[in-house]
Amino acid sequence: MLDVLQGFVHELRAAGLPVSMTENLDAMRAVEHVDIAERDIFKAALGATLVKHHHHWNAFETVFDVYFSLYSPGVDGEEIDEQLWESMTAEAAGGGAGGEMSREELAAMLLEALMSMDRDELRRLAAMAVSAFAGMEPGRPVGGTYYLYRTLRQLDLDDLGARLMGRAREAGEVPDDELAQRLQQEEFDERLRSFRELVEAEIRRRLVADRGAEAMARTLRKPLPEDVDFMHASRDEMLALQRAIYPLTRALAARLAQRRRRRHRGHLDFRRTVRASLSYGGVPAEPKFRDPHPSKPEIMVVADISGSVASFARFTLQFVYAMASQFSKVRSWVFIDGIDEVTRFFQDSDDVTDAVHRVNTEADVVWVDGHSDYGHAFEVFHDRHVKEITPKTSIILLGDARNNYHAPQAWVLDALRKRAKHLYWLNPEPRGYWDTGDSVIAEYASHCDGVYECRNLRQLERFVTTIAEG
Amino acid sequence: MATRFESVPDVIERLRSVDYLSDANIAGVVYLADRLEKPVLVEGPAGVGKTELAKAIAQTTGARLIRLQCYEGLDEAKALYEWNYKKQLLRIQADREHETSWAVVEEDIFSEDFLLTRPLLEAIRAEEPIVLLIDEVDRVEIETEALLLEVLSDFQVSIPELGTIKGTQRPIVILTSNNTRELSEALKRRCLYLHIDYPDLDREKEIVRVRVPEIDDELAEQVARVVRSIRELELKKAPSISETIDWARTLLYLGKKEISPEVIGETLHVLLKYQSDIAKARKELAPESAG
Repeated sequence: MLDVLQGFVHELRAAGLPVSMTENLDAMRAVEHVDIAERDIFKAALGATLVKHHHHWNAFETVFDVYFSLYSPGVDGEEIDEQLWESMTAEAAGGGAGGEMSREELAAMLLEALMSMDRDELRRLAAMAVSAFAGMEPGRPVGGTYYLYRTLRQLDLDDLGARLMGRAREAGEVPDDELAQRLQQEEFDERLRSFRELVEAEIRRRLVADRGAEAMARTLRKPLPEDVDFMHASRDEMLALQRAIYPLTRALAARLAQRRRRRHRGHLDFRRTVRASLSYGGVPAEPKFRDPHPSKPEIMVVADISGSVASFARFTLQFVYAMASQFSKVRSWVFIDGIDEVTRFFQDSDDVTDAVHRVNTEADVVWVDGHSDYGHAFEVFHDRHVKEITPKTSIILLGDARNNYHAPQAWVLDALRKRAKHLYWLNPEPRGYWDTGDSVIAEYASHCDGVYECRNLRQLERFVTTIAEG
Repeated sequence: MATRFESVPDVIERLRSVDYLSDANIAGVVYLADRLEKPVLVEGPAGVGKTELAKAIAQTTGARLIRLQCYEGLDEAKALYEWNYKKQLLRIQADREHETSWAVVEEDIFSEDFLLTRPLLEAIRAEEPIVLLIDEVDRVEIETEALLLEVLSDFQVSIPELGTIKGTQRPIVILTSNNTRELSEALKRRCLYLHIDYPDLDREKEIVRVRVPEIDDELAEQVARVVRSIRELELKKAPSISETIDWARTLLYLGKKEISPEVIGETLHVLLKYQSDIAKARKELAPESAG
């Protein structure tokens, strides 16, 4: 047991979770008090001692499933299943339709189980589905997702969802109004999702049995949410990032406000000091200070939204606007080869996501051919807005500086920087790619106060902290 | 003497007896806290019952709840102890006539008589069973957090003039955080970590039924489903459990037997507190009444 636990902790560390020595010892003490057969409680015990950040929980869960899935109370032994399955196929073959029929039959059983939400039955069916459709072979070097895909394709969960709805409607369980249908649909989606999880767990269990936990965990290792690269985020990862953004900005805003209030104390408040001195017999033992009124920075964001960096720009805009309370004013522009101010979209709407959507669809950013032209965009920006830049303004430029071999017009940045407080550049590309091909970041960089690599949430958060502190 | 927990099912059972519905995760961590004598740091969105958990534990173990509400600017004097300087001044002045030597006075004014105990010291010195709740610990500055460390790891405080005061017992300590900032690693290392999230459908339904006993099964189910649906939307602030309960009570009070889009449209402000959230949810769930 201790060996397994050590391997487990080792794997958690490899996945990026900071597990300290004390926490490790705590986990070992904790497992003495709980029974490993009580899977939920055992998991809670390990989670409480080893995982101290909520957004690390997913990573923890994956590793946990890999290391302890063999102890799962799941199906009692494979042979029983296989037998059952064989007898079923035989029966189906007797029916004449062969494999096709068996799939139908399984789907029918699944439908029943989902209707009544019979968990044990679902677990059994998940195991059967995996044996039948995944085509798992020992030692085959493919990932779990491949098997998952194969299994689910055969089952066709979407169709199943529709059939569930149909059944419910026939049974008269769903009234004919939209709301009830929506709620019912969500309920079925939830059930299908839990079935999908069962199938996943089953596949993982078998893979672990085949390859061993360590090898398995390695293949499943994924970056933690704060390390996901903006430019290569999958759809799911992007959604997770979106969801992370609001709480994160709130936390950041609270922290900045706190720090700003505490950083400088204001001037001595003479009247209150004298008042307070009365209780010490006239000795000003407790000096009082006025509350400080530090100025908040003004922000101008100029973002490249051409295809390659669009998601990064969208994300950063969202982030900056979610932080708007920390700045005295936020204005934003987007460009490809033409440039358009988009502040109005954010002012009109309470909802940042919605505004970003409008930026993407309504902003007028194409001038000639819709290929990034930083030089032209900057020039236009300079001509139109240079007068509005004040010594309180920080300008943030977003983009990869891939200029498609147009003229960079780097002098513009110099002119902007002279008027502004700071001029920063955020580049979503890894540092190693800078200045390769048509990237001219170095030329721009010499005119900026700072150029930052900004590939993930962690880096973005760090940058926003720096500027908000002024 | 506080009755301690025997097993995880026992925790679930006893929390349930005081109307707190836990799950395997919550109960497991509480049980471990009791066994390992470690504090629990509870995080999660606002209104999922973090503070309630501490209250429920206190109630079910028959312990007194000592609560330290954290806020920005909280310091040692308000969390741990403070010398009662007014009383000390009086004592010194009273002594002027007797011309007592300074050493005697000093020893006198730094004795327990002049000590004002604040929640943490009170908890340590308590003779009877207690549960210590340190609420919203994320509100104190990171420097202030450090003063909790000694209490959390050894359950003692060092007072320079008096020496170290050590607790006679190890009570259950619950810290809650709304995660407005990341707590220090040092603090987290000393605690067990528990994240309470919005409950799943069945648990939420159970909670509604326990907290609003007059509600019938059908309506409770509908309430839970609608709330789940609303939480799926991208909102500034998703409805909390307490808001779900308020909503269920509102529906009962209004005599609604079932939930239609109109009912949702009329009562949405109980669940959601931002105008933009209400507008969004109304558009999604009750389009007819949006006008």
